[in-house]
Amino acid sequence: MESPTILRLCGIRKTYPGVVALEDVDFDLRRGEVHILLGENGAGKSTLVKILSGACRRTGGRIYLDEVETDIRNPKHAQDLSIRVIYQELNLVPYLSVADNLFLGREPALLPGILDQAAIHESARRLLAGLGLSIDPRTPVKTLGIAEQQMVEIAKALSSDARIIIMDEPTSALTESEIRRLFATIRTLKQKGVSIIYISHRLEETFEIGDRVSVLRDGRLVATRQIAQVTQSELIRLMVDRDLTEQFPKQRIPPGEEVLRVEDLSRDGAFADITFSLHRGEVLGIAGLMGSGRTELARVLFGVDRADRGAILVRGQRRDIRSVRAAIKLKMGFVTEDRKSEGLVLNLSVKDNICLPSVPAFSRLGFMRGRKEQQAALGYVRQLGIKTPSLRQRVVLLSGGNQQKVVLGKWLCSNAEILILDEPTRGIDVGAKVEIYEWMNRLTAQGAAILMISSELPEILGMSDRILVMRRGRIAGEFLAPEATQERILEAALGSYAQA
Amino acid sequence: MLKLKPFVWHYGRQIGTLLGLVALSTVLWILSPHFLTVSNLINVAQQTAINAVIAAGMTYVIITAGIDLSVGSILALAGVVLGSALHAGISLPSAILIALAIGFSCGLVNGLLITRGGLPPFIATLGMMSVARGAALMFTQGRPISGFSEGFRALATKEILHIPSPVWIMLAVYALGHLTLTRTKLGRYTYAIGGNEQAALLSGVNTKWYKTLVYGLSGMLSGLAAVILTARLNSAQPIAGLMYELDAIAATVIGGTSLMGGEGRVVGTLVGALIMGVLRNGLNLLGVSSFLQQIVIGSVIIVAVLIDMALKRHK
Repeated sequence: MESPTILRLCGIRKTYPGVVALEDVDFDLRRGEVHILLGENGAGKSTLVKILSGACRRTGGRIYLDEVETDIRNPKHAQDLSIRVIYQELNLVPYLSVADNLFLGREPALLPGILDQAAIHESARRLLAGLGLSIDPRTPVKTLGIAEQQMVEIAKALSSDARIIIMDEPTSALTESEIRRLFATIRTLKQKGVSIIYISHRLEETFEIGDRVSVLRDGRLVATRQIAQVTQSELIRLMVDRDLTEQFPKQRIPPGEEVLRVEDLSRDGAFADITFSLHRGEVLGIAGLMGSGRTELARVLFGVDRADRGAILVRGQRRDIRSVRAAIKLKMGFVTEDRKSEGLVLNLSVKDNICLPSVPAFSRLGFMRGRKEQQAALGYVRQLGIKTPSLRQRVVLLSGGNQQKVVLGKWLCSNAEILILDEPTRGIDVGAKVEIYEWMNRLTAQGAAILMISSELPEILGMSDRILVMRRGRIAGEFLAPEATQERILEAALGSYAQA
Repeated sequence: MLKLKPFVWHYGRQIGTLLGLVALSTVLWILSPHFLTVSNLINVAQQTAINAVIAAGMTYVIITAGIDLSVGSILALAGVVLGSALHAGISLPSAILIALAIGFSCGLVNGLLITRGGLPPFIATLGMMSVARGAALMFTQGRPISGFSEGFRALATKEILHIPSPVWIMLAVYALGHLTLTRTKLGRYTYAIGGNEQAALLSGVNTKWYKTLVYGLSGMLSGLAAVILTARLNSAQPIAGLMYELDAIAATVIGGTSLMGGEGRVVGTLVGALIMGVLRNGLNLLGVSSFLQQIVIGSVIIVAVLIDMALKRHK
C-alpha cells in the first residue's frame, strides 16, 4: 500500500535573467519516505530547495500540499506550512545550550519576558530522547561535534511540528560513525511519518537511506525511480548523460625523483614524528579520521604554521618554510579543505581569485599588468571548463564544483608542482569529481606531485599510488595502492578502537 | 552601449550615489538662488576637501573590514607639530614631510596594534584617538599655534585655473587613490584581505604587512588634511578635527563601501563626501539652524544606507 502524497510539484519553472534554472519539474513526496534528490552542479537542486523553503519564488508551475494548491511566499510561510530545511551550514547559536537553541524564539515563559527554564529543559530532554539521542540539553552547542549539532537542528525542526524536512548534503562534514547515527535518526523520523527530501552527492548513501530517487539534469527532472529498481551506474548515467567508464579514472605513472621529503616532523599538540617522501608523478593519499592531524600537517608544509621539530626537504634541499609566500616560491600549492572560508575570496571575481597567489608575478613595481593577468585567467577558465558568464563574475555566484575548479586554477596559475589537496572533492557532484580526478592525472603526467588528504576511502583507494594512514597525529600505516583495502586502512585509522 | 555596459556593471553603485548628489543639488538649486553659482560650488568643493582627503584613507581601511577612529586626533597632532616646526624656522617642504610622517607613524602604530597585538581595529584606533589628542594638547599646552608665512598659506588660498589648491590636492589624492585601488598589488590585496583574510593568507598574501600599511596610509592622509586645515585657518589647533572620523566614515558609507569589508570604491567616497558638503552648504544658505542641520545630516546618512541595503537585497 502506498502512503499518501503530501507534497506535489507540477511543472515548476524558475528563470533568472538570462538563465532557466528549472523547467517543467514534476516532483512528489509521500508521507514517511526519504526521497533522494541527485544532480550535478547547477542541475537545479539548490533552486528547488530555495523554492520549497520560500527563499525564492517560482516563475511558474503549481505546488500542492496535501493535494491543496498552495503558494510558498517566504521562509516564515514555509515554516508555517511545516517545511524545514537543514542547511550544510548549521544555524545554531554556539554559546547557548542545546535546550535554549531548541526553543530559541518560542521559549515557554512563566510571565511575559521571564523564561521557564525548567520547562525548556524538560521539553528538550523529551524531544532528544524521542530521537534516541543522549545529548544533555544543558550542554553548550559549541562543545558538540558537527553531527550532534545536526541532530539538534533536526530535533529543533521536529519540535515545531515539521512534516517535511529538507536535508542539504547532511553528511558532507560527518565521519563514518556520525553518518550511522544520522541515518538512525532519519529512520526514526520516517517512523514518525516525517517526509524527507535528501540531497546528496554520495551515491552509496542513496542506496542505504533512500526510498525513491529523483535525478535533476540541466534544470529538468529526468527520472524518478524506486531505489530497489535502479543501479548505481544507471544513476550516474542519468545525472551526467554519459557513461562514466570509471568513477576513478586513475592513470598510473612511474614515479620520478623525490621532490618532497619530511623527516620526523612534529608540531606539539597536532602531530609527531611524521616521515615520508613524495615523488614526481605520484599521488600520496593521506587517510585518517578527522582530527588525526592531517590538515595540521598540510598547514605546516605550506608555511601557515611552524613545526616544532624535524625537517622538510624540497627537491633535495632542506628548507625552512616560514611563510605561505615561501611555500609558493618553492612551487607548492594548497587546495584547502574548506573552499569558502579558506580557499576563495567569495566577493572577488573569478579572475582575481585565480590570479591571487600569482599577483607578484603579474605585477611590476607594484602595478598590476591587467592584460597579462586577464589572458592567464582566461586560459585556466577554458582549460578547467569553469562555467562562468565572465571573468568578472564574483565566485560566490558559481556552483560548488566550479568554485573548486577556481581553487585548482589558482595553483595551476602559480605553476605549483607540489600540490596539497585537502578533501579535494568534498561537497561536489560526481561529474565534477571525475573532472578533478582527471586533472590530478594530467598534473602528475606533467611531473607534478600530489599529496591528497581525504576522508573518502573509495577516493583514497581509487586515486592514490601510496597511502599513509594517520592516527592521533602519528603515521599508523603505509600501504602501496595494490595492497590497500578499505578494511586495512580503517583498521590503521581506528587502531585499538577496531580491536576493542 | 557595449562599451557602457561594463562601466555601469562596475560602477553601478557609485552612479547611484552620483544621482543622489545630482538630485540633492537640483533641490537646492530650486530652493536657493545662491546655490548654483560658480563661487558657491567652488566654496563647497573647498570645504569638502579636508573630509574627502581623510575619507579616501578611511575607504581603504573599511575595505579591509577595519575602522579608523583616530583620524581626527592624528590630524590635530600632525597639525600642531607642523605649526611649531614652521615657527621654528624649518623649511616648508620639510615641515610638510614631518606632518605626513607623524600621521603615517601614528597609523603604523594602529596597524601594528591590530596585526601584531591582535586588537580589534575599533579598540586600537579608539586608544590612538585619545592618545594622539592628548599628545597634541600636551605639545601645545592646549594653546593654538597661529600666524604663518604667505608661502605656507598659499597651500589653501592659491588658485590655479580659478580653483583653490585644496580642491586640486583632493583631486590628486582621489586620482592616486583610485589608481592604487584598481591597478596595483596593494589595491588587489586590500580587497582580498577584506573579502576573506584567511583565503588571502593562504594565497601567500602578507596580510599583516598590507593591513598595517593601509592604516599607515590612513594616518598619512590625516597628516595631509592637517596641512590643508592649518594653512586655511592660518592656525594649528590641538582641538582641531573633532568628530572628523565620523564625517569620514559617513562619506565612505554613503559612497557605497560596505562596513563588512571586501567591497567599495574611492570614487564613491568622493561623491559621498560631496553630498555631505553640498548638504551642509545648502542648509547654511537656507538659513537652517546648526542644531537642525545635525538632525538632517544624520537622517541623510541613515536613509542613504537604507536605500543601499534595499537595493542590494533586490539584486
